[in-house]
Amino acid sequence: MACFLVPVAEAIVTTVVSKAKRDVEPADHKTETGTHEMEIRIPFSRKLKWLTNMLWGGSALLAFEHVWHGEVVPWFPFLTAASNPADASVMLHEMSTVGVSMAILVTAVWAGMVLVTNAMEKKVLKEQHKPALNLGGQ
Amino acid sequence: MTLLTTIFAAIICTIIWYKNAPKSEMKVGILCWIYWGASLMWLVDAIFEYVELRDEYFTPAPVDMLNDFYLGLSVVALGLIIWLVILLIKDPKGVVKASLFKKK
Repeated sequence: MACFLVPVAEAIVTTVVSKAKRDVEPADHKTETGTHEMEIRIPFSRKLKWLTNMLWGGSALLAFEHVWHGEVVPWFPFLTAASNPADASVMLHEMSTVGVSMAILVTAVWAGMVLVTNAMEKKVLKEQHKPALNLGGQ
Repeated sequence: MTLLTTIFAAIICTIIWYKNAPKSEMKVGILCWIYWGASLMWLVDAIFEYVELRDEYFTPAPVDMLNDFYLGLSVVALGLIIWLVILLIKDPKGVVKASLFKKK
């Protein structure tokens, strides 16, 4: 009915946080590897942008599905379920169950991606420090 | 059907992105985020629907399946339109700028 509104709300928050973080974060740490320049440490604002993109993109397509099913209309109150109290309570229940679960799953998948990326960053940093340590020992 | 269509779109886009990475001239990454985000959301929708319908969930009426597939294709098309608009606005290759401001 209006489950996509929960991910939209989260997307607004992550967009604001991502923009604020980007302004205070230091410049990227980069290194040359073969033919490409690679970032050793990906800024958190960029990682947060992944979540923002998933939330906005998913919500946009889901909103289209709601338009398709006639649950979202271009006139006030925009949500057909909001026009009467009985449907409104069903809509709120759906938002609190399906909508919240959607936001949680997308965030959980993103958190998993961030954990994997952090582990990869640590591995790259370790490999970079290895030759320096060997030289120090000689 | 909508979930399946979106998942296939997400997989194809991810393969295309991986093939061209780390270059991102066509910004295919954006398309991946859009489709994966939608796929995860529809997955939750499908789980809730399964809990409600149980076995009936896997035996939809052909008309419903066709309608869902039609919706899936429309959703994929909308995702492509969103990506195209972002690509033309960001213009990573400078093609739009070059063609707009070229001297006759």
